[in-house]
Amino acid sequence: MAITSGKLILPKPLEPYAEALPGVDTTNLSGKLIVIEGPDAVGRSTQVAKLRHWLEQEGHAVLDTGMARSALAGKGIARAKDGNTLGPVTMTLYYVTDFADRIENEIVPALRAGFVVITDRYIFSIMARAIARGEDPQWIERVCGFGLVPHAVYYLRTKVKDLVSRVVIGRGAFDYWESGMDCHFGDDMYESFVKYQTRIIRALDRMANRYGFIDIDAGKPPEAIFLELQRRITSLQLTKVNGTAAKAAVRSSL
Amino acid sequence: MDSLFTPNRHRGKLIVVEGIDGSGKSTQISLLSRWLRSSGFAVAFSEWNSSPLVHDTTRRGKRKEMFTPTTFSLIHATDFADRTERYILPLVRAGAIVCADRYAYTAFARDVARGVDPQWVRNLYSFAIRPNIAFYFKTPLEVALSRILGGRDALKYYESGMDLGISGNVEESFRVFQGRILAEYEAMSAEMGFQVIDATQSIEDQQRQMRAIVLKSLGRSLKTSVLRAPVPSTAGETS
Repeated sequence: MAITSGKLILPKPLEPYAEALPGVDTTNLSGKLIVIEGPDAVGRSTQVAKLRHWLEQEGHAVLDTGMARSALAGKGIARAKDGNTLGPVTMTLYYVTDFADRIENEIVPALRAGFVVITDRYIFSIMARAIARGEDPQWIERVCGFGLVPHAVYYLRTKVKDLVSRVVIGRGAFDYWESGMDCHFGDDMYESFVKYQTRIIRALDRMANRYGFIDIDAGKPPEAIFLELQRRITSLQLTKVNGTAAKAAVRSSL
Repeated sequence: MDSLFTPNRHRGKLIVVEGIDGSGKSTQISLLSRWLRSSGFAVAFSEWNSSPLVHDTTRRGKRKEMFTPTTFSLIHATDFADRTERYILPLVRAGAIVCADRYAYTAFARDVARGVDPQWVRNLYSFAIRPNIAFYFKTPLEVALSRILGGRDALKYYESGMDLGISGNVEESFRVFQGRILAEYEAMSAEMGFQVIDATQSIEDQQRQMRAIVLKSLGRSLKTSVLRAPVPSTAGETS
């Protein structure tokens, strides 16, 4: 297994990066898997919501998913983050559990039914957070090796100073976890946020070449970012599927 | 085996027991830990699948039969990570002898018996501290089965491997699944450097052998590095 620098020879879309999931059939998946990546507060969820609306207007059946939304582990992660004892390796593996449950029970069935799956973050954010917390890059890359290769990874690239203004202006306060306060990167939340997000961005930047991310300049206005995403996604040549039929197919495959 | 785990460079020691259900390992580690404690050492105990942070998720997943081989493996690794980060590592650093009833080897046997890739699951646990001693309680399948199937409560869904669709009959599924796990333990025994205990012997004989192995392999550090309960009247005690 290669290390997290240098370019990977990627398998074809919807094949696993490394070991396949045992007992999960990933052949004959007709949908498309689109990943929106980027650090905290960069504006990913705004874009995902717009994309979903647009794709549905175009007649595609869309599943949107994101971190900590699994039926299995979503609540457990939220509870663990409410306490004060969640260690970095434990948090990483909790998120991988959540990701695996969503791959097996949401993403693969939706792809089989021909959906366009838009995911707000993917294995890359899990790996970046782990690496930012000092965990071994090779270890976490291998753990996440069952992830399926997306058709496209759009990386909202930004600088940490722009994140700071987004957080201060947009949200009015720093978040404990987004500031990496569990690892105390700085004496206060601002200092810790800057150091932690700098590490996250550095880790994602290293992955960009390795995993073939498509860079999107997150400094542009949201509307311009959306137009660029639309243009790029259009070029993926999504096949239209009948939404109702596809939804019924997902239900029957669950 | 060298790169499998993180080496233990700390004052404390880690002793683990492994084996299939009904091998008698829990009885033995409990006796061993009480003996060490009564000898004056700081002893801690960690049980498989006991993290309070992960407990509710595991219980719900089992009750609703939500697990696949991969998520079953990952949630147990998450549980193990929590116990390692919050309990086992700090205590071993402090100089305690930590006794663990099951360790990463349980995942190597059980998850692989479920179809998980052996190298993937070994990498998954590479953050674990390498045990100073790993006892393996070698038990013929029929002996273990007769101990389990005799008196205990009803067999559970995942412990019987019912998720694998081996058989519609729980007891039959349990036999086949335990057989697969046993085969995995046997196959990794040499690779992992297990101290093999013949679990068909009497409880007393097994315990005598364990204590001899502990004294032989930890003897020196028991005198020097391991944390002891303070004894006011003892003068000139080494740190």
